[in-house]
Amino acid sequence: MPALLEARDLVKHYGAVKAVDGVSFTVEPGICFGLLGPNGAGKTTTVEIMEGITPATSGQVLYQGEPAGARFREDAGVQFQKTALQEFLTVRECLNLFHSLYARGTDLEEIIRTCALEKLVDRDNRKLSGGQQQRLMLAIALVNDPTVLFLDEPTTGLDPQARRNFWDLVRAVKARDKTVILTTHYMEEAYFLCDVIAIMDHGRIIAQGSPEKLLKEHFDDVIIEVPREDFALDPAAMPFHVLSAKEHIEISTANVEATLRYLMEARVPIQRVRIRPRNLEDLFLELTGKELRA
Amino acid sequence: MRRMLAVWHARNLEFLRDKGTLAWNLLLPIALVVGLAIIFGGPERPLFKVGVLHAGGEIDQSTHPFLATHYVEFFSARSESDAVRKLSRHQMDMLLDLRGTPRYWVNTDAPKGYIVEKLLLETDPRGLKREEVTGKAVRYVDWLLPGILGMNIMFSCLFGVGWVVVRYRKNGFLKRLRATPLRAIEFISAQVLSRLILTMLVTVIVFVGLRLMLDFPMEGSGALLLLVATLGSIAMISIGLFVAARFTSEELAGGVLNVLTWPMMLLSGVWFSLEGSAEWVQWVAKIFPLTQMLDAARAIMLDGAGFTDIYPQLVFLVITSALFLSLGAALFRWRAD
Repeated sequence: MPALLEARDLVKHYGAVKAVDGVSFTVEPGICFGLLGPNGAGKTTTVEIMEGITPATSGQVLYQGEPAGARFREDAGVQFQKTALQEFLTVRECLNLFHSLYARGTDLEEIIRTCALEKLVDRDNRKLSGGQQQRLMLAIALVNDPTVLFLDEPTTGLDPQARRNFWDLVRAVKARDKTVILTTHYMEEAYFLCDVIAIMDHGRIIAQGSPEKLLKEHFDDVIIEVPREDFALDPAAMPFHVLSAKEHIEISTANVEATLRYLMEARVPIQRVRIRPRNLEDLFLELTGKELRA
Repeated sequence: MRRMLAVWHARNLEFLRDKGTLAWNLLLPIALVVGLAIIFGGPERPLFKVGVLHAGGEIDQSTHPFLATHYVEFFSARSESDAVRKLSRHQMDMLLDLRGTPRYWVNTDAPKGYIVEKLLLETDPRGLKREEVTGKAVRYVDWLLPGILGMNIMFSCLFGVGWVVVRYRKNGFLKRLRATPLRAIEFISAQVLSRLILTMLVTVIVFVGLRLMLDFPMEGSGALLLLVATLGSIAMISIGLFVAARFTSEELAGGVLNVLTWPMMLLSGVWFSLEGSAEWVQWVAKIFPLTQMLDAARAIMLDGAGFTDIYPQLVFLVITSALFLSLGAALFRWRAD
């Protein structure tokens, strides 16, 4: 049984720049697959090759075991980072337009309800807020009842509340057996939505797996954070590994009790000390030596 | 078909709701024609113009005493049929034939023809052979009107398609359509159809409105005129699509469209007849679809030309459309980069 979608050794050159440099992965049905990486890592180019928007320099995209073609276009739903629609068209007219472009359709009223657009259907699409606009773009991506849904940085530029609402929406869509391919540079988003992630940097995938598995593979410690102003010791003289000494002193430790005891004995106030597990941001730093949002 | 109609419908809505542009498309040609009719509608210079058919290269004044008359401009007429046609349109006041037995033509509908005939008979009371033609005067506005309508079609089609498609590409709307099953030919056909139908609608409304206001002549078939306007519009839309096939900057596309429209506006005979202008200008003008469209439209409206008379112009417009539509479709690009 072939994978639902497979990228085989995708390469994309823009002149001398290798935007995508030999990317391969498979996507099983029903999962949310996340491409995580900083801006310029090659995430968008990779998904646009998969969507058939950008031709690859070399490599192949397979859909249900066959080269992705006309059938794939009918089955895929796409939400770009940024899309403009036609001027003067209402939300409903935009949906009708895209609905008519597919042989297979789904109930538009249901999509309108799912994406909470009921009160906006007669509004000019240019008069929507950022969050409303993204909900409309998601609705447009759903008009053909897609098997595979591509979401390219769908929450970039949204406020935290709108982002959280959008995540709930994506989860609701995923619950209907849709396969989702998501690109993001928010590790929180990837962690919250994705079953499998591939971390990209410089056009290559540098790690791949479920977020929990990747974290378990790379880390056996936790992080203790102490506000800088509470920390009178010399970080270099600590018997523990200090990861960062910026706003917070970040101490990596596998033994929380021993570390806390050491800090208390050194008269470091522990009221504002925070203990957190390792996250994908740490993983990225570990793998590349740089911060994800740098 | 369903996909093409959906894109066509959406484009129509976008156009019709853009009230500013719609009003501009309707009012500009009316304002131009009416304004120019007022400016150029006054009395002409008090001079009689007499065409002369004669032997030799120049008019020889000694061949007839009438040729010495003051305040009458005598000029060589090219051919008898052309000169008679001009006389019937009041573009000259009399035609004198001195090649054999002297004879003359006069337009019995023209007051100036009556007076200039009196002058002729004053100088030559023997009586010359008299021929009559009839026909109402063609005013400048009658001649100008097809030019203005043609110019409006040109701007509407070239900019309406060229500019809009480049904007779609620049803002990513084309890229979004690319992610659907829509094919380039369906998208292009929808743009051609939408712009064609809306342009024809606007042109017919303006034509009918001006007819009621100005009572200009319409000698030939309305259906044939509609065919000329339709083929002319398709040719212009095709050129617009060709220009828009690759550009991603509205400024650049606008510049190229200006480079195309200005020579047509000046050299296709919108404002004045090219007769008498340099040979090369007339030759260059012939390759412009606007020239072909206006020649055919004026022939139908002013001379009552039929299908066979304007056949060459129709063929030219069809070939122009086929050429630029094919190039536009072949070069068409969805993405901005």
